[in-house]
Amino acid sequence: MPQEELARLQEERLRHTISQALKTPFYRQRFAQLKVDPGKIKTVKDLQRLPFTTKEDLRQGFPFDFLAVPLEEVVRLHSSSGTTGTPTVIYHTAQDLERWTNQVARCLYMVGVRKTDIFQNMMSYGLFTGGLGMHYGAERLGAMTIPIGTGNSKRQIWFLQFFKTTVVHILPSYALLLAQLIKSEGLDPKRDLNLHIMLIGAEPHSEETRKRIEEAFGAKAYNSYGLSEMNGPGVAFECPYQNGMHLWEDYYILEVVDPKTGEPCREGEVGEIVLTTIYRDATPILRYRTRDLASFTAEPCPCGRTHRRISRIQGRSDDMFIFRGVNIFPIQIEKVLMNIPEVGNNYRIVLAREDYRDIMRIEVEIKSELFFGDLQKLERLQERIQAELRSEILVTPEVILVEPGTLPTQEGKAQRVFDHRQM
Amino acid sequence: MAHQISVFAENKPGRIEKITRILAQESINIRAITISSANGFGVIKILVNNPQRAYEVLRTQGIPTYLQEVIAVVMEDKPGSLHSVARVLAENGVNIEDAYGFVVKSGEKAVLVIQVENQPRAQSVLERNGFQLLSDEEIYQS
Repeated sequence: MPQEELARLQEERLRHTISQALKTPFYRQRFAQLKVDPGKIKTVKDLQRLPFTTKEDLRQGFPFDFLAVPLEEVVRLHSSSGTTGTPTVIYHTAQDLERWTNQVARCLYMVGVRKTDIFQNMMSYGLFTGGLGMHYGAERLGAMTIPIGTGNSKRQIWFLQFFKTTVVHILPSYALLLAQLIKSEGLDPKRDLNLHIMLIGAEPHSEETRKRIEEAFGAKAYNSYGLSEMNGPGVAFECPYQNGMHLWEDYYILEVVDPKTGEPCREGEVGEIVLTTIYRDATPILRYRTRDLASFTAEPCPCGRTHRRISRIQGRSDDMFIFRGVNIFPIQIEKVLMNIPEVGNNYRIVLAREDYRDIMRIEVEIKSELFFGDLQKLERLQERIQAELRSEILVTPEVILVEPGTLPTQEGKAQRVFDHRQM
Repeated sequence: MAHQISVFAENKPGRIEKITRILAQESINIRAITISSANGFGVIKILVNNPQRAYEVLRTQGIPTYLQEVIAVVMEDKPGSLHSVARVLAENGVNIEDAYGFVVKSGEKAVLVIQVENQPRAQSVLERNGFQLLSDEEIYQS
């Protein structure tokens, strides 16, 4: 779709969304307080005059303050885990789900998933949107869908082999772990499996991690971006060129803002992604602060799609940690480690305070195949990791080399940072 | 030619216990062991009766292990023996990277294990000068 047409469609859908928002207690009250005439919000520029909606707003609006349709029209709800307080809840009408399904199907079709594929969905089903969201998109395309969910690696491997699965949806950290487990069963993930497409998401990860996954499985791995507040998976997705994720601008209005000032970022500048739903009736959300950090580009993509692209997620404004006054994102450390061939796939960042001094300890598994019995080589490796980390994060961490397989592994989202500092 | 296995281990309690337990379970006999450690980790070098088997069992347990050739020189257990080996190597410009030794029979026979950069050259230098070099089997028969 040409960009002007896309812009017209956005404005038409935005106006509808504003009228939906006015049906919710939260936005009705907000418009009244601001003394803004909602009828005047017609363009993306007008929208930018409105305040942001935050995760905290969604929590305080629990359970029904963001609901724009009668409850009987709602056919499903999804909810965040609520581990850090009141959950946030997103409601969907039948039509909302239909649209989301088409949105996901579009992503899958874009990377080559077809009716003939066997799709093993290794994401959690339930309140979390990753499992069900991708599930319906794959069914829409007619692919045989295996709703296996997370965990139970032995069973996963059995299904992969027995049904000659061609496409998986998987957490990047679990993909690396699974490759090891497949090898320890005496199988070669490249030769003995039939995988050709891997959809990886729900965790920010680096380009180096993607390369390792692709190498381990001999398949293409595509980055998927989504969050439950904006439906779930499929908000933005990589095309076959694997150079940024197309954010579907017929479903959302994209802004990238400076997380401190809220001012718009320039093209290419990293900031916080802010999204407005424009194709959802039950739970309209205006200018949602996702806390995900990325940049956007309006450069034409060789694939021909006109939806602007966002970079891979550089971190979350809330997973950043401060060490000796320096802001550090775990993904910066991952990028360095995964680029060093002697480093294994698992690592851990431990922060501690010892004798009133902050210590950052990076525990790194070495690769068995690249151990040649040489102490000096290991010392040099240790120094090299340390030097490369220092040039990336500007502080010097301690680097601990550990035996492969000794760091705890998780079948769910990987926890990498362990902060034991007492504040 | 003799073989030695090298094992990567973190510098923390229980690592040698684990490695020796695995070897004991396989009835592998240890003739000599040496440990060098650096910043938080170390490399354990072990001379065993069945290096290939030891290498395989440790690898399947996921322990980073490396199998390599070393030179095992027979010496008399008396003052000056080690010096005569070292002198021959020095005179021929062979640099010793790592070495350790053990006594086979007190007052009679000892073995010096050396790692050098150019293994075949060191071997021929020693043999030319009349030293006896041991194979894996001979280390255990001696």
